[in-house]
Amino acid sequence: MSTQDTDFVIEGHGDISVGVHGAGASGDGSASATRITPGNALRPEDIALEISRGQVKPTEDVAEFALRVGDDGLILAQRLGHWISRAPELEEDIALGNIALDQLGHARSFLTYAGAAWGKSEDDLAYFRREHEFRSAHLFEQPNGDFAVTIARQFIVSFYQYELYTKLMESTDATIAAISAKAVKEVDYHRDHSAQWVLRLAGGTDESRARIIQGFKLVWPYVDELFEDDDLTTRLAEAGVTVQPSSLRAEFDRLTGNIMAEAELEIPGVPQALGGGRRGKHSEFLGYILAEMQVLAREHPGASW
Amino acid sequence: MAPHGNPEAPASAASEINREAPKVAATTNVDSTTAGSVSAPDVTSGGAKEESPWSLWEVFVRSSRGLSHVHAGSLHAPDAAMALRNARDLYTRRNEGVSIWVVPAEAISSSDPDSKGSFFESPQGKDYRHATYYTKSEGVKHL
Amino acid sequence: MASQNLQSVPAELSPEEQEREAAGEAYFDRIISEDSRIEPRDWMPAAYRKTLLRQISQHAHSEIIGMQPEANWITRAPSLKRKSILMAKVQDEAGHGLYLYSAAETLGQSRDQMMEDLIAGKARYSSIFNYPTISWADMGAIGWLVDGAAICNQVPLCRASYGPYGRAMVRICKEESFHQRQGFEILLELSNGTPAQKQMAQDAVNRWYAPSLMMFGPPDDDSPNSKQSMAWNIKRFSNDELRSRFVGMMVEQVRVLGLTLPDKDIRFNEETKKWEHGPLDWNEFKEVLAGRGPCNSQRVERRREAHENGAWVREAAVAYARKQAQKENAA
Repeated sequence: MSTQDTDFVIEGHGDISVGVHGAGASGDGSASATRITPGNALRPEDIALEISRGQVKPTEDVAEFALRVGDDGLILAQRLGHWISRAPELEEDIALGNIALDQLGHARSFLTYAGAAWGKSEDDLAYFRREHEFRSAHLFEQPNGDFAVTIARQFIVSFYQYELYTKLMESTDATIAAISAKAVKEVDYHRDHSAQWVLRLAGGTDESRARIIQGFKLVWPYVDELFEDDDLTTRLAEAGVTVQPSSLRAEFDRLTGNIMAEAELEIPGVPQALGGGRRGKHSEFLGYILAEMQVLAREHPGASW
Repeated sequence: MAPHGNPEAPASAASEINREAPKVAATTNVDSTTAGSVSAPDVTSGGAKEESPWSLWEVFVRSSRGLSHVHAGSLHAPDAAMALRNARDLYTRRNEGVSIWVVPAEAISSSDPDSKGSFFESPQGKDYRHATYYTKSEGVKHL
Repeated sequence: MASQNLQSVPAELSPEEQEREAAGEAYFDRIISEDSRIEPRDWMPAAYRKTLLRQISQHAHSEIIGMQPEANWITRAPSLKRKSILMAKVQDEAGHGLYLYSAAETLGQSRDQMMEDLIAGKARYSSIFNYPTISWADMGAIGWLVDGAAICNQVPLCRASYGPYGRAMVRICKEESFHQRQGFEILLELSNGTPAQKQMAQDAVNRWYAPSLMMFGPPDDDSPNSKQSMAWNIKRFSNDELRSRFVGMMVEQVRVLGLTLPDKDIRFNEETKKWEHGPLDWNEFKEVLAGRGPCNSQRVERRREAHENGAWVREAAVAYARKQAQKENAA
């Protein structure tokens, strides 16, 4: 992956000192406990830089695929962002915020990369496409509902994304592989977060158990769509860019099944919805999500923010 | 008295607190991930209120390998597994740590603030414990 | 019991208790005069504890309520980069609320109690969060002016005499360093943008300027608690002193922004060497503080809703932990 060659240096994070050295009794202890370094990871800006230097450019097929994965993350982040300031406990505000930020980060990277095929930026794609041009699966646009619905949705999403990103790390497309390598660690934590909560809600009170059962019932119809193969995935699987989504299913079933069994929950026997998100056919929800997300950007076309 | 011990001065901060909560993976038995009985929240108190609040935990963060865990702050969590996760989300979201301990605040014993004198003043005046006391060897190399 | 800490010393004390009280007080006075730090289990005057508890919990509430006006724009942020930044910022505020609630808890009041007071409308928080955020530029103005004023207030609090408060402030100040900068950048970008964007920025600065100056609290001659707080080394500078410093900084920075401050009376007083500003509407300040701001009821209601909607989740986690502990004990 070419980010390793581009010698980017993280800078401009500014002076975090606030003149607290005279803090006296605060001592060194608190200083070392609050050490802040940004860390070193692939960012959407790095991908944009490579694109502008002509170092990377996806094929049409790869771009279309990146759009799917990116839109999934974007729409989910849009949903999760709504929880911030509304979570069941302040600690959970922060946890859900972290997950939303992770998802948004993945989305930005994938959309930035996808856009390179058509000379578009991440924002062009996020703010100026119309409903039928979005490629996210239906699961991601499902409403937050109560905390149980959100957790049920997170549970399916994170176990699906973990399988996907794990395979994408081996992608013949270096940029897809690099984005996935960063994303996989984050969704691994999302798996843990959702699994912890599935166990607690299922094994907590009668009310929480009833709610998580209902939550799974609401989101389970959208599982099959995640694992559907089509012409694009067939071509890309042959090229080694990705794998057929159907090939991820067995492991997804096994891992989610283990947690469900542990939580003494049944896989809901609900019919699977037809889906169609990958072809731009969405539920009623996406229109409202986009209306809200895009309203300001569209009021000022061409403006910079 | 405060509802918990003194979070500022854990008497036994050096003792290894190894209450790991490995991630939930397919093969992990989740039962083993939750903490020992110390984490059981006190559900008997607060009779007036229906809800028993999440208990208080103290968080210690190791900022990089080779350094000690340092008290970073506290948070609320229903059990040790969630306390660790909340600590990860709250106290290391800017890349501040490589390892976290969480300790139920009530499990910390601290020295008595009223006996500061007898507890901490005895070492004063015992200069001979410090290298600077030995001045005659000054200037001698490698000493 | 927690609440006992808030009572003043009972009149009838045994001689030993009286002696201990006196020793505690002497020790406390020495620590303060040495500008050292008081720690949770130290003896402290009931009024000191009460003052701190009030100030820290108000501060914590402000962070938590302060999430709302900004969360209002997360879903509409006009670029994905700005959306990430805003999300991270609002999330930080939850974190800061947590640090401060923890500090307050060391004084003997549970977070649950503080939350209940907030929801019941019994607790105060910074009245500036009772104004609505009606445009994207408000995200810039809040970052630049509101967080700017907050930082001016908070940096000296890193040296507050109460250890846990000071430590919480150190962490908060470090993390907040990006909050003001991102706000400034939003305004700068708007100011250099289309005429409509620039207008949006100026309008936001016009609306947030006066409320941000009032964040420093009433004028010194109308701030009865300030003196005691300064004597206790909780507060380090007076309200007017900090406000004047803040005005000076804003005067410089607004030029870089290419915008103006809505105050034609700003001037540097050569004699006092202090920045002066035009009259502020303290009547409005008191009105908003008394609950008659545009968003008071909305803000508290949202907090109540989140807290009550979350009750079953919190209960579930507690019940689960209890069952797991029982299982382990049985095993």
